[in-house]
Amino acid sequence: MYTETQIISNSNDELVVNVGPQHPATHGVLHLVITLQGETIKKVEPHLGYIHRSIEKMCESLTYRQFIYASSRMDYLSAHINNHACALAVEKGMQIEVPQRAQYIRVIMDELTRIASHELWWGAMAMDLGAFTPFFYAFREREKITDIMEETCGARLTMNYMVPGGVMTDIHPDFQKKVKEFIELFKSKIDEYDELVTGNIIFQNRTKGVGYLSKADAISYGCTGAVARGSGVSCDIRKLYPYDIYDKVVFDEILETEGDSFARYMVRMREMRESVKIIEQLIDNIPEGEHQAKTKAVLKLPKGDFYTRVETARGELGVYIVSEGATTPYRIKFRSPGFSNLSALDQMARGGKIGDLMATMGTLDLVIPDIDR
Amino acid sequence: MYSLHAITDSIQNWLSVRFSPLWVLIIESLIVIVLAIALFAVLGLVLVWLERKVAAHMQIRLGPNRLGPAGIFQTSADTLKLILKEGLTPDGADKLLFNFAPFIVMIVAMLALAPIAFANGFQIWDVNIGVLYVSAVSSLSVIGILIAGWASNNKYSLLGAMRSGAQIVSYELSAGLSILTIVVLTGSLQISDIVHAQQNGWWLFKGHIPVIIAFVIFLIAATAETNRAPFDLAEAESELTAGFHTEYSGMKFALFFLAEYINIFIVCAIGATLFLGGWMPFHIGDWTQFNHVMDYIPSSIWFFGKTFFLIFLIMWFRWTFPRLRVDQLLTLEWKYLLPISLFNLLLVTVIAIMNWHF
Repeated sequence: MYTETQIISNSNDELVVNVGPQHPATHGVLHLVITLQGETIKKVEPHLGYIHRSIEKMCESLTYRQFIYASSRMDYLSAHINNHACALAVEKGMQIEVPQRAQYIRVIMDELTRIASHELWWGAMAMDLGAFTPFFYAFREREKITDIMEETCGARLTMNYMVPGGVMTDIHPDFQKKVKEFIELFKSKIDEYDELVTGNIIFQNRTKGVGYLSKADAISYGCTGAVARGSGVSCDIRKLYPYDIYDKVVFDEILETEGDSFARYMVRMREMRESVKIIEQLIDNIPEGEHQAKTKAVLKLPKGDFYTRVETARGELGVYIVSEGATTPYRIKFRSPGFSNLSALDQMARGGKIGDLMATMGTLDLVIPDIDR
Repeated sequence: MYSLHAITDSIQNWLSVRFSPLWVLIIESLIVIVLAIALFAVLGLVLVWLERKVAAHMQIRLGPNRLGPAGIFQTSADTLKLILKEGLTPDGADKLLFNFAPFIVMIVAMLALAPIAFANGFQIWDVNIGVLYVSAVSSLSVIGILIAGWASNNKYSLLGAMRSGAQIVSYELSAGLSILTIVVLTGSLQISDIVHAQQNGWWLFKGHIPVIIAFVIFLIAATAETNRAPFDLAEAESELTAGFHTEYSGMKFALFFLAEYINIFIVCAIGATLFLGGWMPFHIGDWTQFNHVMDYIPSSIWFFGKTFFLIFLIMWFRWTFPRLRVDQLLTLEWKYLLPISLFNLLLVTVIAIMNWHF
C-alpha cells in the first residue's frame, strides 16, 4: 500500500493516480493505482476487496440446492452460466443423469446469456473509448434477450433457472418462436455493430497494437476466455471439455493470434455469431420429455471433492466442492475468470498511454463482483 | 434584401440628436451588452437542449420531454438548479485562480462574439481585422482551462488541462491556415467584406477543391478547439473523470459548460461566415429570378440556419465517433492536417493570383 506522502509525490517526476474505486471506466468498484510519467503508464496496481461479500464462505452454510443461487451474484452478467457450473458440480457428485430436454434448454439459455453479456461488454467497451451511442444500440437487442428470459423463468438478469438435475420450470410455449425471431433480428444487428464500431478508423487505431499480451504470458497469467483466445491460446471449455450437449453441436472455437486489444475485441464479436449458430442448431430440436430429473428432496453429496468447469462469457469458471457427506458443502472454491484476466492488466498496460489502459481494460470485460466474490 | 441597417441607423440618429457623442457611445454599449448577454443565455439554453435532443434521437430514446413542449425548458430548470447549488472550492485549491478561471473562459467566449455578423447590417463591431481577432481571442480560452486545471490541485484536472493546452495550441495552426485560404481569396480580414465577396456564390462552391479541403480541415480543427468528441481529451470522462473541471460545481461548472456551447456557436458561425456565405442568401451566378426569391428569406435565418447546420454536424461527430488517444491527436495535426493545410494554402494562393475561382 502507498502511504499518503507517496501518493502525493513520488521520485522521478512520477505521478501516482488513483483510478477508482469510483471511476467511470472501472465499471464497478475496482481500484487501480497507476504510476504515470506524463501520459505514459509505468505501473498498474489493482487493489481489490471493495465488494468482497464472502460468497465462498456463505456457500458453506447453504444447502446444495441453495448455494447455486449465491453464484448468480458473482458474475451477474453470465449468472445463468455460473449456475450451470454449480449445478454440474452437484450432479457430478450425486451422479444425476440430466434429461436431454433440460440439457438443450440449459445450453440455449447459456448461449443467450453469452450474447447478452457480450452485447453489454460491446456497449461498455465503446463507452470506454468515448463513443456513447453503441451502448444504447447494444441494450436495444439485449432487452429482447432479457424479455425472453423473463417470460420463461420470471427473472431477467439473475435468472436462478438452474437446479441440480435440470431446469426449474419448463420453457414458455412461445420460447422457440421468440428465440427464432430474436436470432433473425440479431443477425442483421450484429452487422450494424460492425459498421458502427469495428470498421471505424479511430476505433481501430485505438485498439490495434495496444495492450499486447503474448501467448506465453497469457498462459502464465492463467488467462482464459476471450483474453487468452485473443492471444492464440486454445482454451474454450465448451470444445476441450464438453459438458451437457456441447459435444453434439457444431461450432468453431474463435482464435485470434495478434494478442492486442483489437484481437480480443474480434474474438468476442465473432463469438456472438458462433452463439447464434449454436442456438440455431438446437432451437428446433428440443426433445420432448422431462425438464428435470427426479432427485431426492435433500441432497447429500458423498464424501470427496468435485471439480467442474464451464465456459462463461468471461472465460473459464471452475467450481471446486469439498464434501464431508453433509447437506452443506465443507468448502467451496470458485475459480473466477476475471481475477486471472485482471492480473495480466499491468503487463498489457505498461508503456501505453492512459487512454490505452481504458481501452485494454474494456477488452478484459471485467465484472468486479466476479473478481472479489 | 432585408437589412437591419435602417433600425440601427435610426437608433444612432435618435441618440446623437439628444446626447453628446460620449453618452451615445455609452448607451449603445449598454444596449449591445444587454443584447449579447441575452443572446448568450438563450444560445446556451437552446444548444444544450439541442444537444440532448440530437443525442437522444441518435440513441433511440426521447431525451428531455417533461418540462414544456418537447422539454424545451429543461435546460432552464437545470441552470436554475446549478445557480442555487453551492460553488464548492476544494481545500488544497488556489482559491483566487480557481474562482477566476471560469470567468476567463466565459469572457473569452463573449469577446469572440464581437465581430460576428448575425444578419445584414447587424454586427457589433465590424473591425478591419475581424477574422484575425476571432482566432486570436478564441485561443485565449486555453489559459482559462490551464488555470482551472492547475488551480484545482487535482491530478485528473492537471492532466486534462495539459492535454487541452497541447491540443488547442496545435489545432489553432490548421484552423488559422484554413481561415487564411478564405482571406487570400477575399483579400480582406474584415467579416463584412468576406460576406459581401460571396454575393454571387459561397466560397465553398466558388473556390474549387482546395476550399472544400480547407472547409473539412476547419471543421476538424473547430471540433478539436472546442474540446468536443472525438477530440474531447481534456475532459475524457472514461479516463480523467471530468478532466479540467472535475472539481468545479454549481454555477462555476455551469460557466465552463456554457462557454463550451458558446464556443461551438462561435466556431460554427465563423465557419458559416467564411465558407457558407454568412448571412448571404444562396445565390447562383446569373439566375436573377432564383436569387431574387432567395433574397426574400431574411438574412438572420440564413445565418442561423447555416450555423446550426454546422453545429448539428459537430454534434453528430460527438455521438458517432470514439475518442482519439492523445498522441494520435497530435499526430493527426502535425503529420497530416498541418502539411495538407500548408500545401492547400499554396494552391489557393495560386488560384487567387491566377483568378481561377468563379
